[in-house]
Amino acid sequence: MPINFDKALGNHEQALMLQARRASALSSNIVNSDTPGYKARDLDFKAVLKNTTGDMLAMNVTSSSHMPSFGMDSMSAQLKYRIPNQPSLDGNTVDIDMEKSAYAENAVRYQTSLRFLTGKFKGMMNALREN
Amino acid sequence: MSLFNVFDIAGSGMSAQSTRLNTVSSNMANSNNVSGNKDDLYRAKNPVFATVMHDIAGRSQASGVRVVRIEESNQEATMRYEPNNPMANEMGYIYQTNVNAMEEMANMISASRSYQNNVEMMNTAKQLMLATLKLGE
Repeated sequence: MPINFDKALGNHEQALMLQARRASALSSNIVNSDTPGYKARDLDFKAVLKNTTGDMLAMNVTSSSHMPSFGMDSMSAQLKYRIPNQPSLDGNTVDIDMEKSAYAENAVRYQTSLRFLTGKFKGMMNALREN
Repeated sequence: MSLFNVFDIAGSGMSAQSTRLNTVSSNMANSNNVSGNKDDLYRAKNPVFATVMHDIAGRSQASGVRVVRIEESNQEATMRYEPNNPMANEMGYIYQTNVNAMEEMANMISASRSYQNNVEMMNTAKQLMLATLKLGE
């Protein structure tokens, strides 16, 4: 039986892609912290990951060369606007401290996903070597 | 890969903030300019930031920042009676620039902090990408 990478890697692959996307969303917020009228946006990570890997209706696969349908939604998920704690007079809703901590947290989560993936690959390598 | 976007975004931010620092230094350097004529007097300049939207396939993506224009402050220049000043007009008055040193200092600190934020962000993204390259090792 061949190794099924999608099953073996779990949802860490999707999580990694989402975290990379979230990093760029948060970086736009940080960069626009001085732009008048800019509204901070973020990705609802939990909800999007659930959509990409959860019990969504999967597409019918009738041939082994069909691509799996999940993972496609991770890129099309819409960014959502933040509810500002303290909106400034120029219409900017970026809370720089919050965005920075979210960015740092996201970076750690990204590294965690990487670590998990590395572990999965190591496990597969061990299984292949059979010693 | 969307982590590459972070470099573009942070780069746009650094460029915008350095423009802001440039206008601050220009304002500070000219803060003591005087003139006998109100019209050829140096006026405080301020950059106006705007978001650069990248819409790919109808979806709004991550967005950088850019300087759309440099605006001159339209605050009235202060007039002073200094008949002995060589720049004074026939009435003996000189006009001084409308640069507010306090405002400029605050602006400078804000710009340099924002610049640092952008550099830090770029460094983090770089570390993440290097870690990704090592995946599976």
